[in-house]
Parts: sequence; C-alpha cells; structure tokens
Amino acid sequence: MAEKIERDEVSGTDTTGHEWDGIKELDTPLPRWWLYVFYATIAASVIYWVLMPAWPLVNSYTPGLLNWSDRRNVAAEMQELRAARAPMFERLAAAGAADLANDPELQQFARAAGESVFGDNCQTCHGAGGAGAPGYPVLADDVWIWGGSMADIEHTLRVGIRSSHPETRISAMPAFGRDGLLTPQQIGDVTEYVISISAANARLQSDARAAGRGAQLYQEQCAACHGDTGAGDRTQGAPSLNDDVWLYGGSRAEIRRQIELGRAGVMPSWDHRFDAGTLRALAYYVHEMGGGEPDAPAVEPASGGTAPQGTVTPTSARAPAAPADAERIDAGQDRGGEANATR
Amino acid sequence: MWKFHKWFERHSLILLIGILVVVSIGGLVQITPLFFIESTIERVQGVRPYTPLELAGRQIYIREGCYTCHSQMVRPLRDEVERYGHYSLAAESMYDHPFQWGSKRTGPDLARVGGRYSDEWHRAHMVDPRSVVPESVMPPYAFLERRDLDTSNMQAHLQANRVLRVPYTDEQLANANSDARAQAEPFGADAFDFEQRYPGVAIRDFDGQPNRVTEMDALIAYLQMLGAGVDFSTYQAEAPENLR
Repeated sequence: MAEKIERDEVSGTDTTGHEWDGIKELDTPLPRWWLYVFYATIAASVIYWVLMPAWPLVNSYTPGLLNWSDRRNVAAEMQELRAARAPMFERLAAAGAADLANDPELQQFARAAGESVFGDNCQTCHGAGGAGAPGYPVLADDVWIWGGSMADIEHTLRVGIRSSHPETRISAMPAFGRDGLLTPQQIGDVTEYVISISAANARLQSDARAAGRGAQLYQEQCAACHGDTGAGDRTQGAPSLNDDVWLYGGSRAEIRRQIELGRAGVMPSWDHRFDAGTLRALAYYVHEMGGGEPDAPAVEPASGGTAPQGTVTPTSARAPAAPADAERIDAGQDRGGEANATR
Repeated sequence: MWKFHKWFERHSLILLIGILVVVSIGGLVQITPLFFIESTIERVQGVRPYTPLELAGRQIYIREGCYTCHSQMVRPLRDEVERYGHYSLAAESMYDHPFQWGSKRTGPDLARVGGRYSDEWHRAHMVDPRSVVPESVMPPYAFLERRDLDTSNMQAHLQANRVLRVPYTDEQLANANSDARAQAEPFGADAFDFEQRYPGVAIRDFDGQPNRVTEMDALIAYLQMLGAGVDFSTYQAEAPENLR
C-alpha cells in the first residue's frame, strides 16, 4: 500500500496517503465550527463534573458544588404543592356536611380534587362518571349497597369491601349452585321468586307457580340478609332485590347465575393511599354523582373531627409515625393536611 | 502520535482489542463503583424475595412481553409521584433478575399497581381489557386462565435467583414446586407450611378458579405485590443517605 501524500489538484487538499486499488482519500480538515463545538462540549463536561454529581469514588461519589438531587427537588416540589393545597384540604377534612352544603368554594374544590383522584384510581372499575360495569356498582344512580351518605361513602373508601383492611366491610353470599346448597330446580324457583318481587317482573314476567315454590326457599335461604320482602340490608351489604338494578346483570340467566355462584367483588382500602382531605373530596365527588343521600344526624362527626366515627382508629394508629409522615413525599398518601393535623 | 490510527485501521484484531479496552474503561468507571457505593440501594423494610408463584407470574410477565408497553419505574418527578405514588427505590427491585423498569409506556406504569385493583378486576382486564377500560389498546390474554401453571421447574428458578444472591432458604428451595401451588390454594394441604415459609404473604385463589392453579393465578399474584412492600410511613425519603 502506498504511503505517499500527494496534493489533489481539483480540491487543493492533501491526500491521506492511503490507497486502495487506486482509490485515494482526501485528508480534508474538519470544519472549524465543528471543531469549536467539539471543544466546547469538552469544556462543558468539565464544568458539569464540578457542578453536578459526577465521579464515582471508592464508596461514595463527588456530589458537585450545586448539590443537585432529583429526590430533594421532587420533595421540595411536593412540599410546595402540599402547602398550596393544605388550607383547602384541611378545611375540607374538618368540614361537616352542613359546612360543605353552605360553602360553594369548598364544594368546587372538593369536586375538582375528587374528580382528579377518581379519574386516576376509581374510574378503571367504576367507569367514567361512575357509570359502573358488571360486578362494579354504578355510582351515579341512587341505589347503594353499603349506604349512600357522605359518611357511608367515605367509610367504604377507607376500609374497602372484602379488602385487606382489618375493619373492612364484608359480606358473603353463598354459592347455592356451585356448592350444591340448592338443586338446579330449586334455584330456578328462587330465581322466579326474586324476579316476582323485583321491578324486573314487568319485563321478565315471572312464572307464578315456580315463584310460589320459591317463596318458601327464599324465606329460608335469602331473607336473613336480603330481608323478608327483598328490601335488602345495608348494614350487611345485602342489595335490595325490589328494584331493577342488578350488580351482575338483570337478565333471567344472569340473576340465576348469581344465585348459583354468589359472586362477591373486592374493593381495595384507600385509607393508606389518601389523607383525610382527599378521601373527603372523593366522597363528595361520588356523593354528587347523582344519588347521594343526606347524612344521618347520628353519624355526623361531632366536634369537627377529621373523619366519621369508627374510622378514626387507623389514622390515630399511625400518629406515632407523624415525624416521618411530615417528611414523606408520597402525594397519594400525604397530599393534604394530615401530617399537619396529626402534629 | 496522531499517526497511530493507521495502525488500528489496518489491523482488525488490534482495532477489536482497542474497542474492548475503551468500552471496558467506561464500564469499569460507571458500573463497578455501584457495587461499593453505600447509598446505591436504600435500606428499607418490607422488600422480600418473590414467592415461587409470584416468580412464575414474573416469568409470564416477561414471556408475554408486558415490559414492551408497561414500565415499572415511578420517576422522581412531580406528575408521576402524584399519579402513581412514591417514586421507585432501588431497593424495591433488588431481587429482580432482570429488572423490569422499562422505558416504554404505552400502558400505565405498574411499579405500584399492587393492591390497587381487585383480583377479579385483573382477571376481567386480562381476559378482555375493553370490558373494564373501554379506551384500552391492550391485547387480550384470556388464554392465561385456561393454561395450567407449569410448576415443575420452580426450584430451578429459585436456585438461579439464589446464585444471584436472592436470600432463599434451603427450605424454600426444597419446597419451591409445591409452594407455587400452595399460595393459590388457601384450603390446600400445603397452605399452612407455605405460610410458615413466607409469612405475611397473601394466600388466596387469584383467578376465580379454586380448583386450578393457572398462569392467570401466577400473573395476578405477581401484579398484586408490585410496589406494595415498602412501608412509606416509616421510610425517611428526605434523610441525607436517601437523597441523590
């Protein structure tokens, strides 16, 4: 291979001296601007080493003059956000139903905060606007399984339904078909009876003779929870059978299927994810979806407490961890004023 | 000095060795210190090795390529922390081989999905994503609930993880295959022993088919424990050793 550097006549540039099968390569210098940018990046990297965390050492690293930390930055941002939201969330957490009813500003805040949290966490099951889905109750109607007052909704949010929370709302319907508690014939009779006492009778036309046979079975097997007349019982989460709203579908086959399987859904507990103010906002948002019921006077928090009765325990149980709480930056858990409230 | 490049250009073997040397320097400087720097992995409570069933679910997660659309990494950014919860800690993936942080979010981040939805929701969502999330573009994975879980090689999986320093006990290793089933059979004969070996772990039928242990069981068991381990009420996020 030739090693002869020549001057190319056309461009006036030297060749590199390489030659492959007669092909030669020009040794055109790099454009000046490119070279200066390259030098500038080298200089910038040196400045970066000085200012930012850069070099690993044996068992630490150079922190840099700016002492930059993504984690500290996000903590500061969250702190700022919390501080900005805290006054409203604290007002909300302390507000009773009467306060909320007379305070449009607080209502607006609760609606906006509730909508945002609902969209991120609840909508996946309960649907946009609380439209529900088979197995996931509609929240926008006025039919409630565990109660539709603000206090009831908030309690459900806190403890969940058949969740891992120690005080979870819990009920269990037997699987009359799968576990062989009733024969298929008997289940058919009970299905007809359930249809006969419900508003679905108008469209499904129950078989009167089968329903007659089912009445006795209903009183033996179902009435303890769903009530003698099928009115349901919210204290044990037994849905009303008199209306035409069905959690697992309202066709004859779907009603029968539920008697056979006794399906029971799970709602997670949100107690550890949200603070009192956020839970109140969420309860208000769900309450406002359409079917909210007035609070029973007895269930009202008496002295401007942060939570309805019976739900205070989990919060106060966490109180010893308050210093850590205050430092915590998990927005989901600590968005509002709970850390302040427990101090 | 500037003529050295000719030497590299003309001898491919020397070029190869040169590349290896340069890349190794980069690797040594960037990676090796992480094994020795104290603050690489935070000290936290609550992170435990995967149970055999969860590990099997993790293998299915990897097999089905879930990571191509779902990340498992909440970054320390305000909007992510607000949506998903506390940002992910290195400690939370210390038993992950390989980690599933990912860099593509067609679907949402799953680092904190554990406990967020019910088992039944996961089942319905996996069978037909549109049935619960109308706007979802996720493909259905209905076949998972029809396929029995192959637990015959769980011991090998645990063994491989132990080589990578995941602290499985000898007892956990010896019972890996049966434990993979036991976690999904709360009334089974091995449930009690399983609970002794893995205290505090959820034992239940995850997929709504009490008589079978399917791949759906495994995947839901895995998803339900993601990000739920660390108790963030005691973790001091702003302590100096935890900032970086």
